[in-house]
Amino acid sequence: MTRIKADSALCVGSGQCVLTEPAVFDQGDDGIVVLLTDHPDDQSAAQARHAITLCPSRALSILEE
Amino acid sequence: MTNSVAGELTDLELPVERGCPFAPPAAYERLREQAPINKIRLASGGEAWWVSGHEEGRAVLVDPRFSSDKRKDGFPLFTLDAATLQQLRSQPPLMLGMDGAEHSAARRPVIGEFTVKRLAALRPRIQDIVDHFIDDMLAADQRPVDLVQALSLPVPSLVICELLGVPYTDHDFFQSRTTMMVRRTSLQDRQQAFAELRAYIDDLVTRKESEPGDDLFSRQIARQRQEGTLDHAGLVSLAFLLLTAGHETTANMISLGVVALLTHPDQLALITADPGRTPMAVEELLRYFTIADGVTSRLATEDVQIGGVNIKAGQGVIVSTLSANWDPAAFNDPAELDIERGARHHIAFGFGPHQCLGQNLARMELQIVFDTLFRRIPTLRLAAPAADLPFKNDAVIYGLHELPVTW
Ligand code: HEM
Ligand code: SF4
Repeated sequence: MTRIKADSALCVGSGQCVLTEPAVFDQGDDGIVVLLTDHPDDQSAAQARHAITLCPSRALSILEE
Repeated sequence: MTNSVAGELTDLELPVERGCPFAPPAAYERLREQAPINKIRLASGGEAWWVSGHEEGRAVLVDPRFSSDKRKDGFPLFTLDAATLQQLRSQPPLMLGMDGAEHSAARRPVIGEFTVKRLAALRPRIQDIVDHFIDDMLAADQRPVDLVQALSLPVPSLVICELLGVPYTDHDFFQSRTTMMVRRTSLQDRQQAFAELRAYIDDLVTRKESEPGDDLFSRQIARQRQEGTLDHAGLVSLAFLLLTAGHETTANMISLGVVALLTHPDQLALITADPGRTPMAVEELLRYFTIADGVTSRLATEDVQIGGVNIKAGQGVIVSTLSANWDPAAFNDPAELDIERGARHHIAFGFGPHQCLGQNLARMELQIVFDTLFRRIPTLRLAAPAADLPFKNDAVIYGLHELPVTW
């Protein structure tokens, strides 16, 4: 099972994750990343992996459980 | 030098003229082929590390051991002249030049203004703005038209008006002064425009303090009041940062993007056939031109080992985002303008905590302009050969001074 983690202390609000996989990532009114799910399906997980490589603050990570 | 420098010390006069308007300077390629990180001697004196590789560039820009504070001794300052530096040292620092917790405290309160969701709500208004300027172009009998003055500069200027809550009746004033600031006019004219704009923004913030509206300033004022820290001067500086960082950059990308699409009709046809492809075309154009090359300079505050070299505390580092975006290790056949390549990992907006705050606004403006311009004026063409256009060869931000078009 894939689990996504987001470190809101590191997030700089670039929105790259939201542009890449809006089914998993959102931003709160304060601009900081919010996870809509931490267990995405396979298709979303692939996109989420891409988002992780794009995140400029390395705030996102993935765990294979 | 005792460290493991790959490639010898090279003289590089910065900024380097591009030569071919559609490619990085030849010297960039040569340096990257030597090594992803090289030592260069700056024409302004001193040495700095020159980072050409995409992976190494990202590694530097996310690493908190590198400082953005241009006021520090040893900062590689090739983009600033002595007068600008003097001015910088005399003013309160902007988020662009801050580090760590201080940077985060300055940036966090405004990122909510630039979320993907909030910007989506601005889309219809930006569409109106773009349509308005294209209406004017179509209504004028005169041709050719200089697209820089007719579209590229006014669109981002008005968008920033919207963002800051500049009242409609002041739009013409704001527009003319912002354009004047980036024109090739005399220094005196530019300074006067700057002074008038500064006075105007100062007054605008005062007005928002007593009559709040639904805009960035009013929200910042409300938040600061709640925290008991109303910072009038800070808000005026923020407005100027958004203006200077977001106006000419976006304008230059509009002009260059139009030239690139007109000279690559196969690529243009892809987006006119399916505007769903425009977002990726915008990413590829951002990569291809990387107009803000070298603004991502840093100073090492500790010894750092990166890309096989030892960078010592106190040494300057220049991340060439242009070179990184043409690194064949990250982008196959980088000289090819290929909107379908998947270019989202470009670093034209930088990387790390300073990655462009206005990037999603810039993306949206560019998408709307390209879609609307080529839809409404399908016969648009250059009114001069592309190679003869006045490219900003020696400027810190690459672009075009003029762009004559006709249809
Ligand atoms: C195509 C257009 C643009 C390009 C290529 C661009 C490029 C950049 C780059 C490379 C940086 C990083 C600088 C560094 O790391 O030291 C940056 C930062 C910044 N940009 Fe942009 N930019 C563009 C448009 C905009 C717009 C439209 C705005 C706002 C309305 C804006 C506001 C900012 C701000 C405030 C920063 C500083 C962020 C920080 O220090 O945390 N930019 N931009
Ligand atoms: S990509 Fe990273 S920095 Fe940007 S909003 Fe998402 S988590 Fe935050």
